[in-house]
Amino acid sequence: MTWIHDHILTVVLFIPLAGAILIMFLPKENKNGVRWAANLTAFLGFLVSVPLFFWFDSSVGEFQFVEKVEWIPSIGANYSLGLDGISLLLVLLTTILGFIAILSSWTSINERLKEYYVFLLLLQTGMLGVFMTLDFFLFYVFWEVMLVPMYFLIGIWGGARKLYAAIKFFLYTLVGSVLMLLGILALYFINRSQTGVATFDIVALQNLNIPVNLQLWIFFAFFVAFAIKVPMFPFHTWLPDAHVEAPTAGSVILAGVLLKMGTYGFVRFSLPMLPDASSHPMVVNLMITLSLIAIIYGGLVSLMQKDWKKLVAYSSVSHMGFITLGIFTLNPNGLSGGILQQINHGISTGALFLIVGIIYERRHTREISEFGGLSNVMPVYATMFLIVAMSSLGLPTLNGFIGEFVILQGAFEENWVWAALAVTGIILAAAYLLWLYQRTMFGPLDNPKNKNLKDLNFREMMTLVPLIILAFWIGLYPKPFFRILEQPVQKIMERVRPAYYAAHPDAFGAPARLNAAAQPSASLETEAAAVRSAEKRAGASR
Amino acid sequence: MLSEYFSAVDFLLLKPAILLTIFGIGVMLTDLLLDERQKYFNAVTALVGIGFAAVQMLRIQSQMREAGVSEVEAFRGAIVLDGLGIFFIWLFLISTAITILISFRYLEIENEHHGEYYAILLFATVGMIFLAIGMDLITLFVGLELMVLSIYILAGFLRGDRRSNEAAMKYLLLGAFSSGILLYGMSLLYGMSNSTNLRVIGSALSQRPLGDPLVIMAVVTIAAGLFFKIGAVPFHQWLPDVYEGAPHSVAAFMSVGPKVAAFALLLRLFLVPLGELREQWEPLLIGVAVATMTLGNLAAISQSNIKRMLGYSAISHVGYILLGLVAGNETGLKGIVIYLLVYVFMNLGIFTVVVAMRRRDLVGDEINDMAGLMHKSPVMAILSLIFLLSLAGIPPTAGFLGKYFIFLSLLETGHYTLAVIAVLYVAVAIYYYFRIVVVMFMQPPADQELPSMSLGIRCALGVTAAMTLFMGLYPEPFIQLATGPVLAILR
Repeated sequence: MTWIHDHILTVVLFIPLAGAILIMFLPKENKNGVRWAANLTAFLGFLVSVPLFFWFDSSVGEFQFVEKVEWIPSIGANYSLGLDGISLLLVLLTTILGFIAILSSWTSINERLKEYYVFLLLLQTGMLGVFMTLDFFLFYVFWEVMLVPMYFLIGIWGGARKLYAAIKFFLYTLVGSVLMLLGILALYFINRSQTGVATFDIVALQNLNIPVNLQLWIFFAFFVAFAIKVPMFPFHTWLPDAHVEAPTAGSVILAGVLLKMGTYGFVRFSLPMLPDASSHPMVVNLMITLSLIAIIYGGLVSLMQKDWKKLVAYSSVSHMGFITLGIFTLNPNGLSGGILQQINHGISTGALFLIVGIIYERRHTREISEFGGLSNVMPVYATMFLIVAMSSLGLPTLNGFIGEFVILQGAFEENWVWAALAVTGIILAAAYLLWLYQRTMFGPLDNPKNKNLKDLNFREMMTLVPLIILAFWIGLYPKPFFRILEQPVQKIMERVRPAYYAAHPDAFGAPARLNAAAQPSASLETEAAAVRSAEKRAGASR
Repeated sequence: MLSEYFSAVDFLLLKPAILLTIFGIGVMLTDLLLDERQKYFNAVTALVGIGFAAVQMLRIQSQMREAGVSEVEAFRGAIVLDGLGIFFIWLFLISTAITILISFRYLEIENEHHGEYYAILLFATVGMIFLAIGMDLITLFVGLELMVLSIYILAGFLRGDRRSNEAAMKYLLLGAFSSGILLYGMSLLYGMSNSTNLRVIGSALSQRPLGDPLVIMAVVTIAAGLFFKIGAVPFHQWLPDVYEGAPHSVAAFMSVGPKVAAFALLLRLFLVPLGELREQWEPLLIGVAVATMTLGNLAAISQSNIKRMLGYSAISHVGYILLGLVAGNETGLKGIVIYLLVYVFMNLGIFTVVVAMRRRDLVGDEINDMAGLMHKSPVMAILSLIFLLSLAGIPPTAGFLGKYFIFLSLLETGHYTLAVIAVLYVAVAIYYYFRIVVVMFMQPPADQELPSMSLGIRCALGVTAAMTLFMGLYPEPFIQLATGPVLAILR
């Protein structure tokens, strides 16, 4: 038990890789064998990651489950893994979406099955590595590794323009990531000349003091990489192409996890490592403006889409705009809302792509005008779609509401105009999603091709049900998630706006414990504070 | 008395080269006794020769360790074996050995399986060794000529093939011209210093006034000659043509062994005698490096012949390596050494795949000839993917390691713009390398014929792929390996 406790991250990280290697040696003809192997691997990967949630101690601010092994001592790169609240949630999201993506492919992929599952599992390891690693060099390795399987997933199993979409995805991301590499090397070099220690350790690099000028340069090097990944306006053009062409599982992973790497990058690296640049008024204004443009532009473009999947893809642009808006409000509400909204977006948009994939598998078209009245033949499908759509557009009691509400709270605190503009995004989301729902699910069932559509089978339900449960959980009882985020948010705030908590002692994540450190009831007090803030939130929402 | 001119150390240092020469001559003699089907025996002889040379190298190294010296001089300073020299000699031995492994099946298919091929390869290797250890203009020049003369012959080895003849002729004419320019620069150096020894020249040059036209003339002519040999812009035009026309296995060899040797010569000349004149050649080098990366990467995009594309990609790699010399600090030189090491394996790897494409009915050097390789030979397709990712510099393959040091050195020395240009070309490189990947993985095979595999090709693929992956995943020992020689140069 202690061994697994000490090495759990390595185990979670490498189970998909091990499965991929195993599948490589299975005979190609044994299709069901390959399917079972992949599904079991992914399920095992998910199961092993579940204890993380229970073993994680949210009152500790340091990284947990830390593992550190020397890798390239001559340049100071280590194999080091660890989780804090932010990465814990993303790792869990990745393991569950990874499993669901693989489960959703059981019948939709019939060609070159073996390669497909190998690439999906490799991708899984790459993504987990990005969120887990505490070494910037290793981070870059994982960040790049994951591009290759995604390229193949789009390029081999994609739609009509798959090659174009695949290489566009690859090149866009690569341009960003090589510039990020320069940023990483610059931080490494600065740290080495300041302290004399050559290290890529993320914690060490978070404590650097760099002149603002230099910070701005590095910030923009990072910005290109992360903004392309998010994607922020105007770097978003690869996203609709990639989403439309990718197979369902690819879209689920892409929207659910890959996009989060961009926002994760901002939260993990840009803010704490380059605090002066991140809080520079020019940067904040730029980031907020781009976020607001993304929210409104993404919503408007979604309204006009004729292709079901493209609509969901553009809605992603809009929703990701909320996350970057939250992060760059640079206050605890905005940050915690932004971080939680990453998870919410992964759940809702992942589920939306599953919904599209299910109908595409049956009809091989995604033209919205081809559908109508589907709720008559597919009632279960229609119900699930309704819940997912509601969660995406931010209906209270579902997850999207919590995230967006807290983000708006944070935005309002800084500047009411931001919040007012962002709210239009929610209205637009309601418009395009409800209109989509109306056009596809309601109305007369007039297309004869839709008459004999089968409703969801058990496997398809199983891909959606976990996400719906999570959506309700976060919507009804978000407290555990906010508690997990409390410490990391506090740490970021102390780097970015050190004076904030002194001025706002009641704010989310405020170090109440510091005042009461001497008292044994410290943890009780934090809990009480958390309950209070949760109540405050719930009250405000009503 | 002979011993007056010739000491035991002289003999010891020459032993690897002597052994290679003996085995080369031996191959030519035994070739006469072999009939058509026994020609592979020549390859075995040549490999044994390389094995002997390698054992000699190990003995020299262990004797140096015992004596506690990091550098041995012989022939009154005409030859200096230091850490860098040892490193280069190993690279030459490895690249020649792998070339031999991939050659014999290919030559059989081409119907040109003659013993001279292996003998000439060994002679070229001898030339390269002298480029790595020479410290005297005459030694270096003779070594260079031995190497390039051998390659002229090898490039035209397919006597019946017009493209091969054209390649040899082109290379010969342009090569002779560039050697002439180089020699002119060397004669200027001699004129200014009254010596052919690089170290003496170096100290003589540092006495001369800044901006001396004679010195600038010497730098420019020597640089031009060297840039031709490594294939840097604007002296690169021969390279894609020769790669395309030369036999596949010779193109593979040319892209690594002689290129590394030319870099050994370039490093020697730029760091020892011309090292003091850095301010004068640095702007020149920056211009050449940027132009080389730009042209190599952009021209590679539109190629349909894989050997031409790899030719242009080789040009772009030269640009990256030159950037390490622009930075010129410890990291930069380490970057050059590691880059060359990595480059030998990944480039030989991808060329091995091209060699295996050659069948009786197929030349196999068009990109489309690789269509559907994933269906026909998945292992080979996956290995090619690894080589191509490595060439582009995507971690965790070895190619990233070389680029990592180059980029870091540029940042350390304040060449920020250069660093940005250099990293952005990685994206361009991925674009054209992935054209091959698309054809291999996403197109249906044109026929069901498998690539021609032989034991040699399997071994070559295994070694190059294992090294490309291993150096990327666990680079520590290789970084250590590169650090020693580099520290020795900077001292």
